[in-house]
Amino acid sequence: MSVSTAAPPSARSVAWARRRASFGRVWKEFRRNRAGVAGLVILGFFVLVALLAPLLADKSGLDVTQATGLPMHPPYPGYPLGTDKQGRSIVTLLIWGSRISLIVGFAAALMAMVIGTLVGISSGHFTGWAGGLLSRFTEWFLVIPFLPLAIVLASVLGHSFWILIFVIGITSWASTARLIRAQTLSIEARPYLERAKALGAGHWRQMNRYVLPNVMPLVFANTTLTVAGAILTETTLSFLGLGDPFHVSWGSMLENAFDEGAISAGAWWYLFPPGIAIVLVVLAFTLVGRALETVLNPRLRER
Amino acid sequence: MALLEMRDVHVSYRTRAGLVPAVRGVDLTVEAGEILGVAGESGCGKSTLAATALRLSPSNATVTGEVLLEGRDVLTMKWGDLRTVRWAHASIVFQGALHSLNPVRTIGQQIAEPIVLHEKVSDKAAAKRVDELLEQVGLPARRARSYPHQISGGQKQRVMIAMALACRPRLIIADEPTTALDVMVQAQVLDLISSLVKDMGVGMLMISHDLSVLGATCDRLAVMYAGRVVEEGPAKQLFAAPQHPYSGALSAAFPTIGDRASRLAPRGLPGDPPDPAQLPDGCTFHPRCPVAVPSCATGAEPQLRRLSPERAAACVLLEGSPS
Amino acid sequence: MTAVQADPPALEVHDLAVTFRNRSGPEAHAVDGVELAVGQGEILALVGESGCGKTSLARALLGLVQPSRGKVVHLGQPLGYSSKALRTYRRRVQLVLQDPSGALNPRHTIYEAVAEGLRIHKVRGDERELVARALSRAGLRPPERFFLSYPHELSGGQRQRVVIAGALALEPSVLVADEPVSSLDASVRGEILALLLHLRDELGLTVLVVTHDLGLAWNIADRIAVMYLGRVVEVGPTEEVLADPQHPYTKALLSVVPEIRHVEPVVLAGEPPDPTRVPSGCRFHPRCPALADGTAERAGVADQCRTATLPVLPIADGHHAACLLTTPPPPPA
Repeated sequence: MSVSTAAPPSARSVAWARRRASFGRVWKEFRRNRAGVAGLVILGFFVLVALLAPLLADKSGLDVTQATGLPMHPPYPGYPLGTDKQGRSIVTLLIWGSRISLIVGFAAALMAMVIGTLVGISSGHFTGWAGGLLSRFTEWFLVIPFLPLAIVLASVLGHSFWILIFVIGITSWASTARLIRAQTLSIEARPYLERAKALGAGHWRQMNRYVLPNVMPLVFANTTLTVAGAILTETTLSFLGLGDPFHVSWGSMLENAFDEGAISAGAWWYLFPPGIAIVLVVLAFTLVGRALETVLNPRLRER
Repeated sequence: MALLEMRDVHVSYRTRAGLVPAVRGVDLTVEAGEILGVAGESGCGKSTLAATALRLSPSNATVTGEVLLEGRDVLTMKWGDLRTVRWAHASIVFQGALHSLNPVRTIGQQIAEPIVLHEKVSDKAAAKRVDELLEQVGLPARRARSYPHQISGGQKQRVMIAMALACRPRLIIADEPTTALDVMVQAQVLDLISSLVKDMGVGMLMISHDLSVLGATCDRLAVMYAGRVVEEGPAKQLFAAPQHPYSGALSAAFPTIGDRASRLAPRGLPGDPPDPAQLPDGCTFHPRCPVAVPSCATGAEPQLRRLSPERAAACVLLEGSPS
Repeated sequence: MTAVQADPPALEVHDLAVTFRNRSGPEAHAVDGVELAVGQGEILALVGESGCGKTSLARALLGLVQPSRGKVVHLGQPLGYSSKALRTYRRRVQLVLQDPSGALNPRHTIYEAVAEGLRIHKVRGDERELVARALSRAGLRPPERFFLSYPHELSGGQRQRVVIAGALALEPSVLVADEPVSSLDASVRGEILALLLHLRDELGLTVLVVTHDLGLAWNIADRIAVMYLGRVVEVGPTEEVLADPQHPYTKALLSVVPEIRHVEPVVLAGEPPDPTRVPSGCRFHPRCPALADGTAERAGVADQCRTATLPVLPIADGHHAACLLTTPPPPPA
């Protein structure tokens, strides 16, 4: 190759170009998985709704004192999904509730992923008592039934938005950690890690530059599934009355419906919308997560 | 009649990148009681050739030519006939035998499987035959009750050979039978193979990248490069005095201990074995050939020419030379 | 040491033992008492079959595995196992692995793979320049062409050169190569071996090659050490050991090399034994042809073969074998 007059592309810019190309390949492969694409579309829809909430429904509609609809009424003009006991439009509640459900889901899953990856990689990398200790710690968290733990924590720590995220994160990280640990163990056995040690790399470098990049695809796919679980957990906790009383979420909508006697009143417009929304979102995340796994895994193997 | 005769066999794979030629016109003959060795490196097509002999090529492979097993063309046989032929007339010892055994079934069950499928005998008779086979390959009969993880690599390879012998085939194809084995175990397995061929009169097609092993064990040898045979002849002669420059290079990669010429003088070829999807023009070997002349890159691909009644090579520099 | 040596050996081990213990199982004595020295600028081949301990010995020499007994000495300095001592050591003694496709992180470019060592040790100087030089020395020219490639885009031979370049970038004095060519195509091996020889001649690099291939030893090694079940059973200049092997195991190994003429073929029965069950007496005696065919009996040493533990071969010049049938080894200097 002759020497060109222009400056050669830097290693970093080419690395980014390759990452884009690799992303393009993953996307192309993902597109072939129809279930995954369907999930992505549904997800996109809900995220859009959550983002555009102020445009779609007036926030004042959440205020009980400003409710103008007829109490507990099935759908009628102006109120496409009917009203709750206070006369608030279900549609408004649904749109604004999506924000909380999705944010709590994402944030809690992020927290679980960060803790899970840290603990997973460390317990896989460090042999001896340190790794063993971390392993036992993970297993302990796995064994504790998470719902009772979540209930206890929420009751003790209080009912707020942030506490909710914390509680869900704390009870979900263990399964991620377990998965990451298994993957770390298999990477640790590979020759290029031995070469890194022979070159003189310390623990931090080994974990950061060798294990983590090769574990990331798995983490990614797993996180999507964790979000689904987190949203369900939020719903459950809110339904049990442990959620944030100041913010509407789909779970709290179900709680209110229950409390306000919607079931005996046959108020399907109150119960079904949040329920269906939850199911759709969780389904969407699950489809996307599974599709990602199948797309990313063969690459993991061939590398 | 020859046990196995391959005539002008071409095998190409249909891939996303187009048609990739793996085998480009190979003629081979194996007689009963004889071992024919096929030597070559990655990408030369030798494993593809082995699979073709029993019509075991993958679904995206296009095979043309004739593969005659005792006169009958395997490639055009009816499915029923093919199933009879497979294993009972010809069997294969695959590459990577160490990983080919089912970990959840005993050795005895796995060896008995082809027997039960082909000969429809009772379990007791099959078990008796399994014991006979284990003895033939030098394993104690009690191994029939062991699981694959309980036996060593060398023993696994013997089990694979026992399986190949199960239905008393007349031809055995061994694809890299001793790669990944320790030298001593390799010697044991090669001894076993030689004695089986001699005692039972089977014919064998042995494929390997190790020219020295083939030179010592086989009767005749064919060297493949980029999907074609570039030299063939009696094994010991070919190994001692290779005519084609590639055979020479391959032979030099396994130096003779005691030979001053190779002491502190490793010899290898520049570059790498060619990618079948991107073969060079002219003689496919010319980019790496130590004695190439300009016409090698532009002319037609050299054909296999007889140099003597027993030797043949495909190199323009050898044409016109006395035997 | 025997005679007064001007230069200390590049690497020595004294009474080295490496023991592995499975959680519940018995101990595996992978290396069970080895005395060895590699001179500066020398190429030593460590030869043996699986289970003989050559890989564990190599790992111990690199400091990747801590010996359960004995010590590793580099240029007269014993190796410490603190992370600081190991880090300094790593700049002097480097590793080339068997499988080049596994040895390179698939997510790093070639540039990053070679620069890795430089970055870990914070070597001063123009990184680009140093990487280019290492790649050139390893035979990949022009080096810039390979900077931005990924391992899966290169061939096996090229990948092995990258691994060698990565080791060379730190300018070590010793290279430990574990089966450096066994997973490469046959026609490509010669070039890599020639590269190792060339590096020894040009840079004065000491090379320890671990291999099962006697032909490789013939090709490039000055001296050869044959291992069996954790001990060195024969050591000496390559030509002497391969022309006139003294130990029955070496004789057997040599005899099964195809096309070998000067030794009678001896195919040993059985498999290489298990390091968790080391036989009493001479570790080779259960498979020894000399014991089986009566030679040992006639020499009057048969009983000793079965019961007496042989002393470890000491570090000494010349050709020596740990066998009661040969003349006893010289006393350690």
